[in-house]
Amino acid sequence: MTTTATAPIDTQIQSPLAHLSEEQLEELGREFDAIRDRVMAELGERDRRYIESMIEMQRRLAVLGRVLLLASRNRSAWWAGTSALSAAKILENMEIGHNVMHGQWDWMNDPRIHSSTWDWDTASTAEAWKHSHNFVHHTYTNIRGKDKDLGYEIMRIDPEQKWHPVYLAQPVYNLILAGLFEWGVALHDLDFEAIRKGKKPMPQVKRELKGIVGKAKSQVVKDYIAWPLVSALAAAAVDAGIEARQNRKQPRGLLGRVSRRKRGNRWTPVVEAAVQCGSRTFRQTAKANATSNIVRNVWAYAIIFCGHFPDQTYTFSPQEVEGESRGGWYIRQLTGSANIDGSPLFHVASGNLSYQVEHHLFPDMPSSRYAEIAPQVKDVCERYGLPYNSGPFLQQLGMVQRTILRLAFPGGEPRPKPGPYRGENGNGTRG
Amino acid sequence: MAERGAVPNVPKARQRALHAVRSLFSPLLPDDYLELINPLWSTQELRGRIERIDQETADAVTVLIRPGYEWQGHRPGQYLRIGVIVNGVHHWRAYSLTTDPGRPDGLIGITPKLVDAGKVSPYLVHRARPGDIVRLGGVEGTFVLPDPPPPRLLFISAGSGITPIMAMLRSLDRDEALDDVVHIHSARTPDGIIFGEQLRELDSRRSGYRPHLRITGEAGRVTPAQLDELCPDWRERRAFVSGPGEMLDALVGHWREQGDPELLEMERFQPVIGGNGVAGEGGRIRFIKSGVEANSNGGTPILVAGEEAGAELPYGCRMGICHTCIGRLCSGEVRDLRTGEVYGQEDEMVRTCVNAPEGDVEIAL
Repeated sequence: MTTTATAPIDTQIQSPLAHLSEEQLEELGREFDAIRDRVMAELGERDRRYIESMIEMQRRLAVLGRVLLLASRNRSAWWAGTSALSAAKILENMEIGHNVMHGQWDWMNDPRIHSSTWDWDTASTAEAWKHSHNFVHHTYTNIRGKDKDLGYEIMRIDPEQKWHPVYLAQPVYNLILAGLFEWGVALHDLDFEAIRKGKKPMPQVKRELKGIVGKAKSQVVKDYIAWPLVSALAAAAVDAGIEARQNRKQPRGLLGRVSRRKRGNRWTPVVEAAVQCGSRTFRQTAKANATSNIVRNVWAYAIIFCGHFPDQTYTFSPQEVEGESRGGWYIRQLTGSANIDGSPLFHVASGNLSYQVEHHLFPDMPSSRYAEIAPQVKDVCERYGLPYNSGPFLQQLGMVQRTILRLAFPGGEPRPKPGPYRGENGNGTRG
Repeated sequence: MAERGAVPNVPKARQRALHAVRSLFSPLLPDDYLELINPLWSTQELRGRIERIDQETADAVTVLIRPGYEWQGHRPGQYLRIGVIVNGVHHWRAYSLTTDPGRPDGLIGITPKLVDAGKVSPYLVHRARPGDIVRLGGVEGTFVLPDPPPPRLLFISAGSGITPIMAMLRSLDRDEALDDVVHIHSARTPDGIIFGEQLRELDSRRSGYRPHLRITGEAGRVTPAQLDELCPDWRERRAFVSGPGEMLDALVGHWREQGDPELLEMERFQPVIGGNGVAGEGGRIRFIKSGVEANSNGGTPILVAGEEAGAELPYGCRMGICHTCIGRLCSGEVRDLRTGEVYGQEDEMVRTCVNAPEGDVEIAL
């Protein structure tokens, strides 16, 4: 953490675009449009191979995880299977599901990989999520009161939000939210505020609730009944086989009959072994699947909270953005988001949401292109005197957690903002 | 949603087995995993594998395809919608099937001719390789040989208009019904005759088949007036004609004046239209589901024009990012107001908030 602000902090943070003239804003809008157009015009086979191979890898990982977990009573198999399944679930939600449902791959005109047909392994229905995320969040990014993802309606994440005693509990429910993130997001999609104010027709609320129940049911059946049952049956069959083999080694003939009379039915131990091992495996597989779901939830929570809540990001009042130009919209996306530094593997695992800035500038550009355009975005920032928010994962996550703890209590002030981006090595003013 | 292949003829037992285990894979389907092993196993859409590609002329090939499941069958003369991936993008085109349905090896074939400005034909003619996977749509078309076939037939074809006729000839040949067929075919050059070899072979083997090949580059086009000389009893024959629009129009006129139009069947063979409309010309929009019609001057997005005309349309960000407003383009082309690009294929999904019609369009909204 490099918080070195010595000067008194203004409670009113100056708008990041105050120093730009209308002409400059217009020019900036054209520059960003041009970056987008260049990439979109050259999309082709290489991009298709990327998403196809990502989907293939995800499915192979899922199969690997499920197969390993057939032997979930073995400790190593449990760990290996849980890891593979967690990785598959993370890829499925982030690099694949989120991005496909943004329409990033619609240009391929492929009915299998299309925003209108994709469904994902999470509690939110595709339809409800596309509305609350693609439309509400991406259009009104970081506008207080309009961007429902700002604190997800249950957290005070910005000092401008009015304090209420209920926020005292937010450090606790923050942790619960992390573990149950998919359920939090699903309920959040319902938009309780709109329901309360009667802005959402009841039939729609009912339909959406039914959708969540349907998603819940299929997750419960798949992860907590069907796969545990399959692995239980597989393990039971193996153990019964072993027991039966040993049984066969028992002496036959008169001697055998005598000894069996003493021990009871010769099949009893076989059945006992099968039931015992089966029920143990059932529990272990269910536990492994629950763990993978939680790992995925915590990871998604961490990446997503690092997207808009670190100290560097700006929030906006509805008045500030009235009559916003295209250039102004771009700057709000740019300054309202923050990237996470990391390796290529980290970027894939985060669904390239570690390029949150690029993603918010161009939400429907294939995620694999964000790394490529990052230098061009930085260049624009440098020339227009705008910040380019980025930081290491733990630093960003730490800032977010500090804010959640601090703003549980009344008061609080906006954190100091980084100055304009000054190239790779020139920016010493990071929040 | 983007266009999908036809629903394949999956055996019942397999369907039931896949259905029984589907909850293990939700929200995906068992199919999505089986596809990793063999893409032809998809039960969601019919696919095929290219088995062989035969060069017919310098710029036409016959692509023989093995369908993933038992072939649904077709009638000679019908066409097939086929989907291929070109530079990462799915494209769909319709081609006449040139094979007859009775082939014992179960293969189906199309014979595309290169269209320079096209997307799909350059792929099929130059780049496709045996082993490539294609998507197979439905079989359509009413330009078919009646069953049983009429005793006396006249085929008139030109250029690649021969493709549906070839399927008819092969079917008649296989069924030993090639008894009395006159075939007038035109091509620009001797080398450019698609199926030239096969027609000659058929001619030598079947006395009931009488082809007249006309090289238009040397002898000029066949005119309707020449019919009396090439096939004096043309008025009594059931005629099937396939070729460019002008030829068809001339023949229809001729049949109407001097023959019996009831005996004439035709296939309008249309080359792919390459040119884009004039930038920003605007046009009329018909919303198919609501029935609302609207006008755009070329600068007004489809969404706005529709709303002004009273249509209830889905929308989100209204700036081309959220894809809430997408609608299926049923006909016509649109212009992306952000880039000026004109595009649009049948069944393509377009964002109504950033696209204006370029000419008249129909949208499934």
